[in-house]
Amino acid sequence: MGNKQTTFTEEQLEAFQDCTFFTRKEIQRLHGRYRELAPHLVPLDYTNNPDIRVPLTLIVTMPELKENPFRDRIVETFSEDGHGNLSFNDFVDMFSALCETSPRELKTIYAFRIYDFNRDNFICKEDLKMTLNKLTKGELTPEEVSLVCDKSMEEADLDGDSKLSFSDFENMVSKAPDFLSNFHVRI
Amino acid sequence: MPPKRKNDAAIKVEDVGMEIDVASDSGSEDEARRRAKNRRAKPQRKSKPVSDHEEDEEDEAPRKRVRKKKAKPQESDEEDEEDNRSVKRKRPKASRKKAKEESEEESEEDRDKRKKRGTAVSKKEKEKQNKEKMGNVKGKQGKNMGGENDKKKKNVKLSSSSSSSSSSSDSDEESLSEGEIAALKEQVEEKKKLIATLRNKPWRMKRRLVLLKEAQGFVEEFEGALGKGKGRKLYAFKVMMAKKLIKFKRDFENFKTACIPWERKIKDVESHFGSSVASYFIFLRWMYGLNMVLFGFMFGLVVLPEILMGLPYGSIPRKTVPREEQDTAMDFSVLSDFGGFCQYSFLFYGYYNSDRMIGVLKFRLPLSYLLVGVGIFGYSLMVVIRTMARNSNEGGDGADEGEFTFSWKMFTSWDYLIGNPETADNKYASITTSFKESIVDEQENQKDENIHLRRFLRVLANFLITCTLGGSGYLIYFVVKRSQDFAKMEQDKLSWLEKNEVEFVMSLLGLVCPPLFETIAELEDYHPRIALKWQLGRIFALFLGNLYTFLFALFDEVNEKLETEKSIRNATIWALEQYYANYSSHFNTTDVPPPNVSPADVIRGPCWENAVGIGFVKLVVSDIQVSYLTILVGDFLRAVIVRFLNYCWCWDLEAGFPSYGEFDISGNVLGLVFNQGMIWMGAFYAPGLVGLNILRLLSSMYYQCWAVMCCNVPHERVFKASRSNNFYMGLLLLVLFLSLLPVVYAIMTLSPSFDCGPFSGQERMYDVVMETIEQDLPSFLSNIFSYATNPGLILPAVLLMLLALYYLNAVSKGYQQANMDLKRKMKMARDEEKNRRNNKDSTNQVMKDLEDLLPNKSLIPPPIKEEPAPPDVVIAKGSKSPKIKPGAAAKGVNLQKDVSLAAPNPRAPVTFAPGPRRGPPGNARGPHPGPGRGRGRGGPPRRHES
Repeated sequence: MGNKQTTFTEEQLEAFQDCTFFTRKEIQRLHGRYRELAPHLVPLDYTNNPDIRVPLTLIVTMPELKENPFRDRIVETFSEDGHGNLSFNDFVDMFSALCETSPRELKTIYAFRIYDFNRDNFICKEDLKMTLNKLTKGELTPEEVSLVCDKSMEEADLDGDSKLSFSDFENMVSKAPDFLSNFHVRI
Repeated sequence: MPPKRKNDAAIKVEDVGMEIDVASDSGSEDEARRRAKNRRAKPQRKSKPVSDHEEDEEDEAPRKRVRKKKAKPQESDEEDEEDNRSVKRKRPKASRKKAKEESEEESEEDRDKRKKRGTAVSKKEKEKQNKEKMGNVKGKQGKNMGGENDKKKKNVKLSSSSSSSSSSSDSDEESLSEGEIAALKEQVEEKKKLIATLRNKPWRMKRRLVLLKEAQGFVEEFEGALGKGKGRKLYAFKVMMAKKLIKFKRDFENFKTACIPWERKIKDVESHFGSSVASYFIFLRWMYGLNMVLFGFMFGLVVLPEILMGLPYGSIPRKTVPREEQDTAMDFSVLSDFGGFCQYSFLFYGYYNSDRMIGVLKFRLPLSYLLVGVGIFGYSLMVVIRTMARNSNEGGDGADEGEFTFSWKMFTSWDYLIGNPETADNKYASITTSFKESIVDEQENQKDENIHLRRFLRVLANFLITCTLGGSGYLIYFVVKRSQDFAKMEQDKLSWLEKNEVEFVMSLLGLVCPPLFETIAELEDYHPRIALKWQLGRIFALFLGNLYTFLFALFDEVNEKLETEKSIRNATIWALEQYYANYSSHFNTTDVPPPNVSPADVIRGPCWENAVGIGFVKLVVSDIQVSYLTILVGDFLRAVIVRFLNYCWCWDLEAGFPSYGEFDISGNVLGLVFNQGMIWMGAFYAPGLVGLNILRLLSSMYYQCWAVMCCNVPHERVFKASRSNNFYMGLLLLVLFLSLLPVVYAIMTLSPSFDCGPFSGQERMYDVVMETIEQDLPSFLSNIFSYATNPGLILPAVLLMLLALYYLNAVSKGYQQANMDLKRKMKMARDEEKNRRNNKDSTNQVMKDLEDLLPNKSLIPPPIKEEPAPPDVVIAKGSKSPKIKPGAAAKGVNLQKDVSLAAPNPRAPVTFAPGPRRGPPGNARGPHPGPGRGRGRGGPPRRHES
């Protein structure tokens, strides 16, 4: 970042700016952060698009994600291989989707992915339970958990198939007052 | 991993590495060009790229499978071929730039060719087929390189798809008819739109980058070709300008974000305290921006002109300290009360001269003063309303409260900004509590045991609070009255307390009452959220009441001063006449020179505007002092005591009674809002107040940031930040309106002092405007104005406005109704669609995108149904780091490169989890090395056993 060596070509920066909500400076900063995670892995010079992936275990140590109960899911969702290994593209993608300016629709999609723990394109009761347990650190009793899950399902499930499809989720989240203010990470 | 494979692979790489690199490099350029060319013919293709890819993949699969059988023997041939090609292409390692230049050249050639297309078609077609073959070949080889394989795969896919469709399209392209140009134009527009909206698409970054490149290439290539004949140059110019404009806009945007201050500070706070506390700081920053603009207006158009072009200090009475005050004018005690030199400086209204024009620029200062005074309100109003409108778009459209209690808590309650363990713990606790509360609510639906008692308590609480409010109002009125009496007495006899009684009492009330209200509110036993609303409303009422009492008292004073002023004015006029009479009778001449009195000795009126200005400045200053002191004592000192006395105290101070302070969001926000109200009111009488406020906000930013980070703890009960932004803005708007009233009232009804300020000598302040209209504007304009101000015209105008209001109101109600209907319909449609769909195939684009976001299928072992593949398939695909295991990668591909590629994209409903944990049943073919493992960092963590 600080030194004179070019990390990205002009073209790359432009392309990133077209594809994300970041400015060039932020992209460079992101690269700095990315590199910080694994200095020996990530080269300073990204002009030839090296295919480097930083594993999940390192990504989740970022202070932005460290305390998030869904950190593993977030990283997994944005990694192309599904195991949480992020290439720089994925990394930028992640923070772009989570940044303040990204639109509600985009955030909704990614939120759905994040909460869909078993990746079956539906949020089923299992997913709800996982979510709840992560949110409350397992403080609730099993009865309470299942009650809450039932209630949520009842509220949000429109067609009564006892799992939330994306449209259910979208419908529910689009009305939530806190979603946008809470579902963002500032980098 | 068997070690021998490594060796094998190493050799392979040595052999192949170079050529592959070259080939892929030049090849991809080649492809890009080709793709761009072909794309013209398939508009519908672009609109649904996802499905295309899928098709392509499926198309490709069998072909490849066939090829795979003879993959091994072909290998060398292919290499040769590649080699040749690269030679032809002017040698390996052609840097990208070069390649690009080349491609540009060629694309020009292409364009030429297109003109004389007729003959070239068949040739071209052949060429294309050739290329296609190469493309495929390359694709295979590309996979050898672990590195870029994914990208290349995509390229290949794209290229093959485009070339397969190209043969049919070529014939269409032969002549560019009008219709085609139109179609082309449309496509270019479409591409542009795609580029503009690419960031909103939920696609993988890689895909986005590829698409972007394509689209840009396409636009670049065909934009120029669109114009025709004469128009072409103009068109090209336009396109160029548009590009420049976009670039400029982006740079400007970058610059703008770089200019936003305190981004990191706020981020720190945010990660420590969550978004609610940060929202206060963001609001503070916003306020700072607003005040900067106001400051710019005030100083640029009023203060600076007067300082630079107006008469200097000491030249006229209003700019001079009176003789009797001169001894003490520099005393600190006087200055700190904004008396002495301060009072007669540019900070206050009285300093400004009433000359119609000043300086060489003929700057109309009085007019400018009035317009800026009003313009500040206009600008603030505009900004606040615009921000509110923007915020209201962002907020959820607000379903009925209670419709989604649990699911909202489930999915939207975690604040992703939190990055501090303590805050996170608090958040966990508060979420758990809120869930438990909801459960309890749900279970018993709040049975009220003694409703009468509660009602009684609530009435009592409200009664108490009303009493407090009334009492505080009376106290202020009393104090202001008393201060007027004090002001008439001699200054030396008064103590500091008596001099600053008003500000002191007001600050004290602001300090004491809110906690008092909170205590009283305990009686009411409301739900915390409702309680918070009440609390805010009460504090608001308190501040407002105090402010208005202060104002009324001030107006009393002003009226009194106006009376004395009148007498002084009469006295001066009388003295002047006396002087003239004496002079003329003495020297027997009618040419009387003005009396030669030093400006310090001139008798002058009380200048009530200055008094008002000083009142506001004092109020603001004492507000600053009190709030800073509160932070210092209430937060910092408390934190120090709790921290260090804890070692030798009988109970745990940190966990027990005093504990650390929490950041009082609502109080701080209200304080800020009221401070701004005072600025708005006072700015007209004290132009320096805006500058003072800038300093205040600036220091407050740093000071409060420091305080909150150093001595506050995160909230236990988290204040809902939901839509609070607009809540703050609403408060601000209300305060703005309320502070607008007295100022406008003063401007319209009170007559300005006769000997100070820019409006001296006028009957009313707005006479300045009238005068300008009459004297400086062309006569027809002044005629128009005189008509416009005619009551006969104003009345119909008001009526018309009322009618418009009524009409718009009706229309908005209609829209609301329609909105509701539509919502209901949408819901119905959604239900219907869901029932119909049977969860079989997802039809809409979003679902496809969603599925596309599933982990890349090709990275996951193929289902068991497929022909048993050798174990290294996956390795080849999975290992992304050629540095570490290049061998495995290379070999894997050589043996078996297609199975994983051929695995269809998950378009069909996904019924099994693609994750590694469920793996292919009976997949005894060895471990499934994820990329994580490839790096030797331990396997991918498997956390989510479901």
